[in-house]
Amino acid sequence: MNRYPWWKYAILAIALLVGLIYTLPNFFGEAPAVQVSSAKATVKLDASLVPRVEQALTQAGVQADFVQLEGTSVRARFADTDTQIKARDAVDKALNPDPNDRSYIVALNLLSRSPQWLTSLHALPMYLGLDLRGGVHFLMQVDMKAALTKKADALTGDIRTLLRDKNLRHAGITRDGNNVSIRFRDRETLTAARNLLSDQLPDLLWTDAPDGSDFRLAGVLKPEAARRVQETAVKQNITTLHNRVNELGVAEPVIQQQGLDRVVVQLPGVQDTAKAKDIIGRTATLEVRLVDDSVEAAAGAAGTGPVPFGAERYVERGGAPLIVKREVILTGENLTDAQAGFDSQTQEPAVHLTLDAKGARIFRDVTRENVGKRMAILLFEKGKGEVVTAPVIRSEIGGGRVQISGRMTTVEASDTALLLRAGSLAAPMEIIEERTIGPSLGADNIAKGFNSVVYGFAAIALFMCLYYLLFGVFSSLALAFNLLLLVAVLSMLQATLTLPGIAAIALALGMAIDANVLINERVREELRGGASPQAAIHAGYERAWATILDSNVTTLIAGVALLAFGSGPVRGFAIVHCLGILTSMFSAVVFSRGLVNLWYGRQKKLKSVSIGQVWKPGPDVPAQG
Amino acid sequence: MEFFRIRRDIPFMRHALVLNVISAVTFLAAVFFIATRGLHLSIEFTGGTVIEVAYPQAADINKVRAAVEALNFGEVQVQNFGTSRDVLVRLPVRGDVKQTEVVGRVFDALCKAEGGSVSTQQVTTDKGESASRPVCGEVGKEPVHLQRSEFVGPSVGSELARDGAYALLATVAGIMLYLAFRFEWKFSVAGIVANLHDVIIIIGFFAFFQWEFSLAVLAAVLAVLGYSVNESVVIFDRVREAFRKFRKLNSREVIDHAITSTISRTIITHGSTLMMVVSMYLFGGATLHYFALALMIGILFGIYSSVFVAAAIAMWLGVKREDLVRQGPEKGDPDDPNAGAVV
Repeated sequence: MNRYPWWKYAILAIALLVGLIYTLPNFFGEAPAVQVSSAKATVKLDASLVPRVEQALTQAGVQADFVQLEGTSVRARFADTDTQIKARDAVDKALNPDPNDRSYIVALNLLSRSPQWLTSLHALPMYLGLDLRGGVHFLMQVDMKAALTKKADALTGDIRTLLRDKNLRHAGITRDGNNVSIRFRDRETLTAARNLLSDQLPDLLWTDAPDGSDFRLAGVLKPEAARRVQETAVKQNITTLHNRVNELGVAEPVIQQQGLDRVVVQLPGVQDTAKAKDIIGRTATLEVRLVDDSVEAAAGAAGTGPVPFGAERYVERGGAPLIVKREVILTGENLTDAQAGFDSQTQEPAVHLTLDAKGARIFRDVTRENVGKRMAILLFEKGKGEVVTAPVIRSEIGGGRVQISGRMTTVEASDTALLLRAGSLAAPMEIIEERTIGPSLGADNIAKGFNSVVYGFAAIALFMCLYYLLFGVFSSLALAFNLLLLVAVLSMLQATLTLPGIAAIALALGMAIDANVLINERVREELRGGASPQAAIHAGYERAWATILDSNVTTLIAGVALLAFGSGPVRGFAIVHCLGILTSMFSAVVFSRGLVNLWYGRQKKLKSVSIGQVWKPGPDVPAQG
Repeated sequence: MEFFRIRRDIPFMRHALVLNVISAVTFLAAVFFIATRGLHLSIEFTGGTVIEVAYPQAADINKVRAAVEALNFGEVQVQNFGTSRDVLVRLPVRGDVKQTEVVGRVFDALCKAEGGSVSTQQVTTDKGESASRPVCGEVGKEPVHLQRSEFVGPSVGSELARDGAYALLATVAGIMLYLAFRFEWKFSVAGIVANLHDVIIIIGFFAFFQWEFSLAVLAAVLAVLGYSVNESVVIFDRVREAFRKFRKLNSREVIDHAITSTISRTIITHGSTLMMVVSMYLFGGATLHYFALALMIGILFGIYSSVFVAAAIAMWLGVKREDLVRQGPEKGDPDDPNAGAVV
């Protein structure tokens, strides 16, 4: 009765193998590496950079383990720190010929030393949290009220333009908080305006709100529209933060939304909060200007003549120089949105811009006067400008909806849209939590956490082996298997390991032994009751199972509650805690049973089991030592 | 080895009244201390700034305090953290000071007190990561070293406190529902009262000794709640089994039997968990100190409360065989040793 069918052993073997493979990468440690990432929002990084980096390294006579593209950066791994620094200098020189105007950031970094075959199985080490590796953590609050006000402002402008275009006379438009109210002199205009506005501005809900003898129309931002505004505001802020953080050359920045209106920024390895704050808080600005296409300008662009008076020379994305007039037509403030899409007639990829009312008026005037000429959209970052795109004006554009299309791929269109949006934050942000952890403290924390687990585990295993003999050995092996599975699952999920997470691992092990104690005690009890060894093992596991399930469910309830309501470090604790309960049920019951079955299951005439002394109370027999 | 050689059921419940009085007194004392002394909440809950600095030699706390107090940031707490070389400075939230600059200014003051000046330098860590960080004096010979800093805005703190309360409520409600569904409402009430009594006592300890109550401690308290309820579950499980098995025993004897037959498992399990927690307490360093301490108190009181408090409350509530054993007596129990002829 104590035999497993072969498939159960197979499942256990597979679980063991998978556990080993996915736990393995955590033991290789990290090797020095060089990371190349884009320094400018306009420089896009792709696989074509890999051969350039390789070439630079061979020229400098530096041997890299590998050079590869990972996400938005190219990384090269080296054997030691000396080669790493040499390589950094070589790559930096090759990619950034002008040290004052860097297109790429070349930063020192750490990469896992685990072999390629493990990486190709997606067996990657766990991320270390900031408390274990040092770095800066910011929690930022997005000012949603400001985002809504900004939206309401833009809508007010739109309303004004719409009413004027349709020749509907109003007696004043006012914005009150997120609501807009329009006064009219008569009911007919009000009805006409209401129809028009409901049709054109679906984001607002219009109601008649007569105020004394006045005819008044009140518009309220619909809840779903408000939600959309807030969502886009957070998303846009995250995009902007990504662009800015990239510049710090941080290895694995974490920029995540937390809750409805918060953004977490974690920069491992960065210690200088002041600089980080400076970069995060900086704004890039967007400007629209006209391109100077005179003969002198062409000479200036080609480098054969001076740049004409009243114009400046900028480099277009892609490398060609362009002469742009100094006069600024519009700034990023007038741009309310930029989205990638398709031309409704030609189905070509296009970028759709939305301007606010003031911007739309200026834009209409400028385009009317400059049909056939080019205009340039420039992005200024760190005081340096670059031309994002320079389209030809085909006709007068009114209404504030601008479409840029032609000679663009879909990827380019979405890049351009991103760049145009990235210029500014959708809503102001405020730092509400800030944490820095020194790198030595992090290493210290790893050692402490590791020691707690090791010594605790050793103490428990020793006790179990002494008290329950062979069954104790099985229990200890099951506990080790539990640890292996837990680390493997965490690595598979690419969870971030923190000190509370390590504490949760320790606690999970301490609690997981409960299941084995329950089983062993039950087996002893059955033996005490006079059951045969095989029957005692069977009944012991069988009867303990219900109790194990019950007790784990209650522990799990607490874990889930922590997961649902906890934040930050508590969440990390809760995730490990919950996973630990699940893996412990599997390892303590199925795995230890498998070991017992393997050992005892085949013996038909089993006389005794090694589970320590089973003391039987007898009426006459005195207690024995 | 066999630690527990128990010949007959130990009459635990005979002492139930005395033990419950002791429990009640401890509980009231805990409530009293929580009410009068309050909790020493960490800045995660209250908002504020914490700065941890390390000195190459034993730090002069008074000098550090004087340097920080000179900045006039309000009530400052300066204490050793872990070792005598590490110092923790805590500052409250102040409306008139720009919070994001506090860390820089405090470190500046501490550095000046040591006769150095702060500059930002590019430092390559021993692991090969380059990091620019504020350094006091020269790299490698710094008189004071910024280990860690933390700033929490006041709004975050109050939210955390609220979420913590929600988590506690959700856990209590979830466990009660589960116990009521799995056993019976009397057990559900008994289990939760016993374990809340643990929670209150842990918090009472933190209030009495004014230990720092942080988010990690809250997590430990909730973990203890889930953990020690499972202790009660094991006993209740046995109570149900004993009601089925021994039809002659009354409720008190059944409970005594259930506790007696699980006591060895209770003590060995908790002993093992305690070993792990003690290991955390000894090797985990200052960060895990209070976390492990809360767990330790929780586990010790967990044993006590599930054995004496939970079962006793279930008994006072009048748990009967009919509450747990659903099948009617006429059906009979095949395992019943006392089964006989029926008329």
